[in-house]
Amino acid sequence: MTARTAAAVASLALALTVSACSNFYEVPIETPIQPKMDVTPFQRVLIAGFLAGGSEDVDANLETVRLLRSQLRSKSSLRVIDADVLPLLELANEQRADKGPDTSAPASSGSSGAGSNGGGSGSSGSATPGGPSASQAPAAPAAGAGGKNAPKPGEAQHIRDEKDLQPLEGIFANVDFWKKIGEEYQNPLIVTGSVLFTAHARSGFVQREQEVIDQVGRRRVVPVRTYMERKGFILQPKFVFIDGRTGTTIYSESYKEEVLYSPQQATPALSSYFELMDRLVPSFLSTLSSQKIKGSRILMK
Amino acid sequence: MRLLPILGASLVVVSVAAQARADDKPRESAKKHVEFGISVAQKGLWREAIYRWEQAAKIDPNYSAAYNDLAVAYEHEGQFDKARKAYEKALELEPENQLIRQNYELFKEINDRTNRRGSR
Repeated sequence: MTARTAAAVASLALALTVSACSNFYEVPIETPIQPKMDVTPFQRVLIAGFLAGGSEDVDANLETVRLLRSQLRSKSSLRVIDADVLPLLELANEQRADKGPDTSAPASSGSSGAGSNGGGSGSSGSATPGGPSASQAPAAPAAGAGGKNAPKPGEAQHIRDEKDLQPLEGIFANVDFWKKIGEEYQNPLIVTGSVLFTAHARSGFVQREQEVIDQVGRRRVVPVRTYMERKGFILQPKFVFIDGRTGTTIYSESYKEEVLYSPQQATPALSSYFELMDRLVPSFLSTLSSQKIKGSRILMK
Repeated sequence: MRLLPILGASLVVVSVAAQARADDKPRESAKKHVEFGISVAQKGLWREAIYRWEQAAKIDPNYSAAYNDLAVAYEHEGQFDKARKAYEKALELEPENQLIRQNYELFKEINDRTNRRGSR
């Protein structure tokens, strides 16, 4: 009797559970997110090039341009302009050197746009024969840190950290320079900026799980804190969006991502670069085009 | 004779049930709209679902599920203001409902992110 009652109660509970469960439904939804920037005046986008520095194992200028172009081709309505990658680091250095110790006035602008015959390789730190010369490109305006550490003309300066980068960032405010590039490509939206990809190491206590066998021979997993020196990379990109019609900056945003690996892992720098860029790309894309965030919600009866 | 009180009690129960059914009529009608809305939403016809759930909310303004479902549909259509109001109404009607609360929390996360962008 007791067993029969228990079975009845259990079946009733099951029936109630089933009926309760059928009162709600999980549905997938896609929430549209509006772009951060109004790109309606533009039909085309030029990923021009980046001031790149840090690890010499990765050509952050070239890789960033390639990656963003391919992402925008498939995930944005803007047409991506296929052009040579600007050796922006050289141009910024040249503009800075051209400016000399007197930073009061920008140099006269040249006859041809910097983007017209920009270097074919686009790699930073290498001179490009076909690239625009210092006299062709308009000079960057005064750039905070001063010109005493500026490399001599023709000397390639390697960017190691943010301090090295800071004096060169004046190129983004050089309206004449960007306007000329804009004219060259029929006034597109220009995407430029800086990418610092640096190796870094951090030591400290890390918690990890370790399998142990206790006194009675049972396997258990216990958290163990161990001192570890881990190595990895930091990626600090700054994306600057410039109106190709006026040469003025219309929007900019900065990111910082880092990854650390255990000493046993030998991760190539390029893999780390893509791993870190993967985290940033959705946010970059949502600046220019509307995105849909996939998720699920519960509908109720 | 012993049956009389039982019969009387049964009559009371039946009349109370009939009264309750009469009170439930708007809810039953609204529920039909809600159920139809769910079936079309599952097929991706969210605008039709919105129409159905709006009807349900009109017929029975105390039906929290109708507001919850409406909120989800508005969210899917990118109508964030309407979605927020609908979630808040659903929670006002049923503050302890964890499913509505969970939906609302997920919505707020996205909505806050959008608002941050707008204020930049």
